[in-house]
Amino acid sequence: MKKILYITSVILIATGIWSCKKGDSDFLNTPPTAFLTNDQVFADPALVRSVLADLYNRQLDFSSFDINWSSFADFSESFPSENGSAYFVQRTGWAYNSWGVNWAGSYQYIRDLNLFLERDSASTALLASDRAEFYAEGRFLRANFYFELAKRMGGVPLVTGTLTYDYKGDPTYLQLPRAKESDIYDFVINEAEAIKNDLPADANEKSRASRGAALAMESRAAVYAGSIAKYGATTPSVSLPGGEVGITASKANDYYTIALRAAQEIISGSAGAYKLYTAAAGASASALSDNFANVFLDKASPETIFFEDYKVGGKTHGFTTNDQPYSLSDEGGDAGRIDPSLNLAEAYEKLDNTYAPFATTDGSGTQAYYTNQQDIFAGRDARLAGTILLPGGTYKGGTVDIWAGYQLADGSIFTSDESDHLKTLPGTSVAVQVVGEDGPVNGLELRTQTGFYIRKYIDPTVGSGRRGQGSTVALIRYRYAEVLLNAAEASFELGDNATAAGYMNQVRARAGLIVPLTAGDITFDRIVHERRVELAFEGNILYDMKRWRIAHIVWDGISTTLSDLKSNIGAAKKRSTQPWGLWPYRIYNPGSANNGKWVYKETLPALVTGSNRFLFGNYYSSIDPGVIGANPKIIQQPNQ
Amino acid sequence: MRNSSRYLYVLAFAATIFSCKKDNYPQPNSLLSGRLVYQGDSIEVEKNAVHFQIYQYGFGKVGPVSTDETFAQDGTYSAVLFDGDYKIIVPNGDGPFIWKKTAAGGPDSVSVTLKGNQTLDLEVTPYYMIKAQQIAAVGTDSISATGMATKIITDSVNAKDIEYVALYVNKTQFVAGSTSIASYTLAASAISNLNSIQLGVHIPALVPAQSYVFARIGLKIANVEDLIFSPLQKIQF
Repeated sequence: MKKILYITSVILIATGIWSCKKGDSDFLNTPPTAFLTNDQVFADPALVRSVLADLYNRQLDFSSFDINWSSFADFSESFPSENGSAYFVQRTGWAYNSWGVNWAGSYQYIRDLNLFLERDSASTALLASDRAEFYAEGRFLRANFYFELAKRMGGVPLVTGTLTYDYKGDPTYLQLPRAKESDIYDFVINEAEAIKNDLPADANEKSRASRGAALAMESRAAVYAGSIAKYGATTPSVSLPGGEVGITASKANDYYTIALRAAQEIISGSAGAYKLYTAAAGASASALSDNFANVFLDKASPETIFFEDYKVGGKTHGFTTNDQPYSLSDEGGDAGRIDPSLNLAEAYEKLDNTYAPFATTDGSGTQAYYTNQQDIFAGRDARLAGTILLPGGTYKGGTVDIWAGYQLADGSIFTSDESDHLKTLPGTSVAVQVVGEDGPVNGLELRTQTGFYIRKYIDPTVGSGRRGQGSTVALIRYRYAEVLLNAAEASFELGDNATAAGYMNQVRARAGLIVPLTAGDITFDRIVHERRVELAFEGNILYDMKRWRIAHIVWDGISTTLSDLKSNIGAAKKRSTQPWGLWPYRIYNPGSANNGKWVYKETLPALVTGSNRFLFGNYYSSIDPGVIGANPKIIQQPNQ
Repeated sequence: MRNSSRYLYVLAFAATIFSCKKDNYPQPNSLLSGRLVYQGDSIEVEKNAVHFQIYQYGFGKVGPVSTDETFAQDGTYSAVLFDGDYKIIVPNGDGPFIWKKTAAGGPDSVSVTLKGNQTLDLEVTPYYMIKAQQIAAVGTDSISATGMATKIITDSVNAKDIEYVALYVNKTQFVAGSTSIASYTLAASAISNLNSIQLGVHIPALVPAQSYVFARIGLKIANVEDLIFSPLQKIQF
């Protein structure tokens, strides 16, 4: 009895000591500090913006600074000067799953976007205007992402709400079939129309969704859909009976009409004061080229509609580190990976609007001599030197040193395998440098092997080429010049060549091509050519070639011969399966009038052994068999 | 130090005794092989261009055994597999021929029960066949060829036109558009008589020199990606 009393009193004392403070009834209701609830997040605009920041960051680009420099290379538009990447020019085509997406990751992102939209619209604590703008931003990101999916895969399951499993053992109600390709494009177009008035009509809003961005997306999507409808008729086997791939030809005009209307809405200025980034009137050719390069460097450019921004101390990228000129590199031994090809360089036309290969020989076939290294490039579209760093071009105050060796009096070549391996020229006694610091030497990586470096997106800021610092150049996703080209293409396809010429001439005049094209000059070839040279290295070439259904003709797997290269420049269906180079040589012939002059030779880099072949099965990236296994309603792409 | 090296010897010895063997499966060793045929004639295609897929059922994996299998250029295929039940298809749109289809439009499958090595020819219906081909050297640096194109599929739904006929020449036995040192293409509009197609091509100087080349005729069918070829011929100069 005494013992029981003892134990009881001990228990009583213990509970008396250790129980919580009386009166603090909220003890179990202390809010955790490790995470925020949905209600908390969707009550504070700053928190919603940080959720949106994550969603912006997960957008998909074909070529992106985040992925790799190599996403900018390929398609014979450039040569990859890195030995580990030589397979780009040694393979004979692309696997069917090239350019595909991570299916599960993509739908995870779409689910997150849908969750965001549902939570935002359920929020009661946000201001109605904030809520509407956030909602529109989320819808813009979702529509733009579906557009990215459609470019790669055609029709995909269109999920516009969150799907929830009921744990009853039968998931078939969650298995959605692929939508028609046209449904996805219609979705993108309709979403853009629905949200445009909730987004700011402000040309200074570049890193977030704006009315201009929605309309630019709409015009690009519509022009894509229109061309798939129209040119898809030329490749009937690239289609599926259910319309998951391919759009009926009768819809082409409707899409082109939408594309033109959306583009004109931007051009009219109602979405913000967008305009081309232009140099002062009467600017010299080099000033025009600098101006074009600055389109991609000046973040305040009124031409930029929507970009992925970078910032020192936040997010930077290594594009400049990877691709800066070797001799002027901020980071010794890290440079020169993307070397534009002669195929692309020669496509920049002459100032009289005609096409011509670079004159390596004169009319009678004998070698042409140039006093200055850049003379061969004179009188061309300013975008040539604005997109490509040419031999003798300047960067960060220095001049690139691109020359492949000396040509002796007998026509033979005198060179070495690296610039610091000096050699003694015949008839002299002092060893001298006989090849440029920047190459080109076959197989010598990180220096140019085509004779060209890339200039677009290369950052001239001091230190931007260092690995640790990185560059903050923004990746432009939509810009005004492309809107003009969309309008030109749509007008052309709708039979209004005069309007098309008007839009195209604006883009061309900015590049120094001031002789206007007339309505009669506008052809399909012109449309294709203008997009290729204006939008080079901006992640468009593959999708453009795909939607026009000419990829299998341009990249037909047959080697590109020198005569292929030099003929039919400007033709949309011109073969371009191997990246050629243009190598400069110095003349060494003391006593001759040509001593010290420059000559050029078209050269296929020795590493180029493959030739690009684009198969019908490449038009739409294959869907992983595991995805089809998990959802048998999904059908595979045609011709695979 | 002495002690630790003794442990290393023990470990190394143990590793040799207890390593693998038991946990390995026997390798597949039944050879399934065959060729594409039409009424006994083999169908010649481009290497790495025409795909086939082998499926096996009952193991939980859905999808082909391997996704990127192609016919050799003489139309043969082979696969080393485990004994079991398999199905073979040629994906839609592949090959210069029509593969049987199911009512739903998918490729119909050929079933095979594999038990030891087995030969299974795949019967297909080509759009065209190249027959009576004759390829011969002309002088020391040219080749001429003649042949006839026979239209096999003639019904109005499936029949297709010829896009072009071409003569391809290569230094090695792999001869097709993408692997050729010389080729001559004759567009369909320039062909007057399908029973007598004349082709000729000049061969560039070969480095290093060799006294023979390989050649065959390819026929491109409109809106079909893969060409059908005549049998390979070695031409001696």
